[in-house]
Amino acid sequence: MFEKALKGNNYYWMWLAFLGFFIGVAVICYLRQYFYGLGLTGMSRDVSWGLYISQFTFLVGVAAGGVMLVLPYYIHNYKAFGRITILGEFLAIAALLMCLMFIMADLGQPLRGLNVMLHPTPNSMLFWDMCVLWGYLLLNCLCGWVILTAERKQVAPPKWIYFFVYISIPFAISIHTVTAMLYCGLPGRHFWLSAIIAPRFLASAFAAGPALIVVMALILKRVANFDAGKEALNKMVTIIIYAALANMFFVGLEFFVGFYSNIPGHMHTLTYLFFGLEHHGHMYNNLVPYMWGFIILFFVGIGLISHPYTRKQSDLWLGLGCASIFISFWLDKGIGFVLGGFVPTPLEEIVEYYPTANELFITIGIWATGFFILTILYKIAIGVEHEVEA
Amino acid sequence: MDKKRRDFLKVAGISTLAGLGGTAVVDRLVSGSSPAAANASGAAQEAHGVEPKAHAPATAPTGKRYGMIVDTRKFQHDPSLGEKVEQACITAHNVPQFPEKKDDIKWIWMTDYENCFTEKSLLYKDEATEDHQVPVLCNHCDNPPCVRACPTKATFKNKDGLVIMDFHRCIGCRFCMAACPYGMRSFNWRNPRPFIKEINKHFPTRMRGVVEKCNFCAERIGVGEMPACVEACGNTKAMVFGDLNDPHSEIRKLLKENYTIQRKPSLGTHPSVFYIV
Repeated sequence: MFEKALKGNNYYWMWLAFLGFFIGVAVICYLRQYFYGLGLTGMSRDVSWGLYISQFTFLVGVAAGGVMLVLPYYIHNYKAFGRITILGEFLAIAALLMCLMFIMADLGQPLRGLNVMLHPTPNSMLFWDMCVLWGYLLLNCLCGWVILTAERKQVAPPKWIYFFVYISIPFAISIHTVTAMLYCGLPGRHFWLSAIIAPRFLASAFAAGPALIVVMALILKRVANFDAGKEALNKMVTIIIYAALANMFFVGLEFFVGFYSNIPGHMHTLTYLFFGLEHHGHMYNNLVPYMWGFIILFFVGIGLISHPYTRKQSDLWLGLGCASIFISFWLDKGIGFVLGGFVPTPLEEIVEYYPTANELFITIGIWATGFFILTILYKIAIGVEHEVEA
Repeated sequence: MDKKRRDFLKVAGISTLAGLGGTAVVDRLVSGSSPAAANASGAAQEAHGVEPKAHAPATAPTGKRYGMIVDTRKFQHDPSLGEKVEQACITAHNVPQFPEKKDDIKWIWMTDYENCFTEKSLLYKDEATEDHQVPVLCNHCDNPPCVRACPTKATFKNKDGLVIMDFHRCIGCRFCMAACPYGMRSFNWRNPRPFIKEINKHFPTRMRGVVEKCNFCAERIGVGEMPACVEACGNTKAMVFGDLNDPHSEIRKLLKENYTIQRKPSLGTHPSVFYIV
């Protein structure tokens, strides 16, 4: 089926070339980092994880979000999702590949990465994260491919594949739960040490993932003559609304616990993220604009996708609404959550993190690689759809 | 019938082999570890200046838990001590000194009281606390979160209770740095070798991309010496090192005689470094 990715119009090739440019820049930047060390990033002994791990955390959510299509379609037999479930599965593949690239970019000794398998350590959450991420990636590749092949031959998918489809549902939940456990099991990092982290991650994932799929579906409608169907999009938007509200509810609970209990450790990071934290006469607040961006974009997005006029009237408003939700939750989980957790340091000092240009280009390049893969996968999926219709 | 008998013989044969092999491995482990451990404890006794008789010579090789007492009063009394301790560690372990703070690698250093003991609030500080600093180093926790977090067992607790690192296995994921609630771990953000003032050939230098931290001078106590920082304190007894599991050790005597505190005891990590304030 790969041949479908080799035929396309000029826009298709221009888009791939555009992404390819950023991939090329990132390759050069990564080589610089590889030969110099992670000192080329803005990280330090106080903020020891930066953009790479925060992007990884967010993208695990995007990958898990695909389950919001798989579950209704395969468990509840919700037929309207029939055409776009493959979009969810392929998005999961691209997102997981980005996750793995971000992990590799973040390792100090990437060539020793296999040590995680050579010396398996079940008490480390990172070991389990590797297991579930690879498991979910392989499951999605398998299910996506087998089902698409069956569709192309216009036969029902083989029965045995449903076993793997059903397994992929708890796997989707587990990838984000285990990713949350990387953070919420660490003593002494008060902002992360909260039992609501895993549910909150899942809620924001079930909003951000489908939001991206809706945006993609709307774009594909314009550029690839692929109509996901009104009913499917409508249902997706409903899922996004509820999941987004659940996420904000959980964020609100964090505020309540921190500020009503008045325990300093529980308030520090929230104060730092949203209002800036004063320490020895200096105000530290470099993440404040991002966090208010998160709040504002959430309200903009939820307004656009909830109001009947903007939701039903035009694809543009709907797309903008979903994009707002996606960016909003990216600011929350892909920026604030990970970087904020390092403030204050265990010695109660404050060190702010600023990514370097090299680091930014690598990050952009990995995103570009993900979208490159996604474009090719979607091209194949839609090519098959068109072939069947013809 | 025949087939079953064959299967039985196969299983029996394999389990016998496994049993023999297993015992051999255990034997090797036991015999391999005990002489070294005995040496270490014998030497440690001498260094303590305690009569060897006080220790039962047949102490189980696995029963140790090394710990340290830091007498912060001594550090107030002699402000030059902090600098000496830091330098001794830097020299002993080839700790690089970078011009940029962002690249910092630290094993033991002096910090303010409220940074060391973040849970102890002071509305009005007494003069000694206001003006003086205390040393911080890896706590060699009895229940170390960094060991729990490490995905490759590159950081581990050895039989003497030391939390140490295998620099060659570390993949540089820095999960341990996020897991340490004391902020005692450092990462080689770049090649450290050009930034080592004087290379000590008795301890390995590190490469970029691995984590490192205080190892309680495992390499020194292995040959019967005291940790470099303890040695740098001379006879001041500002830092006392010893086996917390040995009721007759000097450190246990001091723990009995003095009120001591640990850093962030509420986290359940059971630090092995105690402070007299």
